[in-house]
Amino acid sequence: MPVALYRIDDRLIHGQVVVGWGQPLNIRLIVLVDDDVACCDWEQDLYRMGVPPEMELRFADVATAVREHASYARDPRPSIILTPNVATMRALVAGVGTIDKVNIGGLHHRPGRQQKLRYVFLSPDEERELREVIAGGVKVTAQDVPGARAVPMEEVLAIRPGAEKSA
Amino acid sequence: MTSSAVAPRAIVAGHGSFPQGIVSAVEQITGFGSVFIPLSNSDLSGDDIESRIRDRAAELGIKVFFTDLPAGSATIAVRRLMRDTPGVVLVTGANLATLLEFVFREDESPGEAARHAVEKGRTGLAVQGDG
Repeated sequence: MPVALYRIDDRLIHGQVVVGWGQPLNIRLIVLVDDDVACCDWEQDLYRMGVPPEMELRFADVATAVREHASYARDPRPSIILTPNVATMRALVAGVGTIDKVNIGGLHHRPGRQQKLRYVFLSPDEERELREVIAGGVKVTAQDVPGARAVPMEEVLAIRPGAEKSA
Repeated sequence: MTSSAVAPRAIVAGHGSFPQGIVSAVEQITGFGSVFIPLSNSDLSGDDIESRIRDRAAELGIKVFFTDLPAGSATIAVRRLMRDTPGVVLVTGANLATLLEFVFREDESPGEAARHAVEKGRTGLAVQGDG
């Protein structure tokens, strides 16, 4: 079964992912792609405690996720592939080559980032990386929860500082 | 315990207006809403949620935390706090009955009060009717 959602979310495992998207999409597998978490047992235990027993949570660094992506896509269970930032998703998209949609679910305030939406703040480098992903033919939208509008990233990137939208 | 403002003994952290809402319900029912400090995770990064929880807990000497979802970012943040802070007690899946029971367990240790509160919260969940 194709991966149901490729999501960038700096909170990683949290309510919107496990319940908000997890229930309507009947998600049974989450692959958390993060080089830092992939090498830290304690971090993995922390996130494992956050998912219900019917949901498998796997961890991978980017190289492993690229290598194993075909097996994720063949898995009969509906799945989410989750990254903490744009750079990791960009590397995954480049390495896999067949990812055609990316969801931005949450990139929150941090020094150097400017607000675009209530839940999307981007640095100039992240904007550049997203433009590169889009230029590669990937449809990128911002949507924190299933009931919200999927905002095309071209629209998000066009928002000037101080004109951020509440969507 | 008198019915004016009492010292906070726990932080209630969770999604949207859940913390403020459930603490206001405690206040309405008991007059002791100030036992709890509400903290919402709305529109905050994981790091920001954790730092706010750490700051408030340190400032007020609080070791007891109630959160809404076991998978929530507030829960993850408190678990990070537990890693380096001894004596922290975390209750996930908190409901109103849980908090009300905790309010009146002021003479117990934080752990005992939290365990009694959880028992009460569980018994408050029921299905009625046969529809």
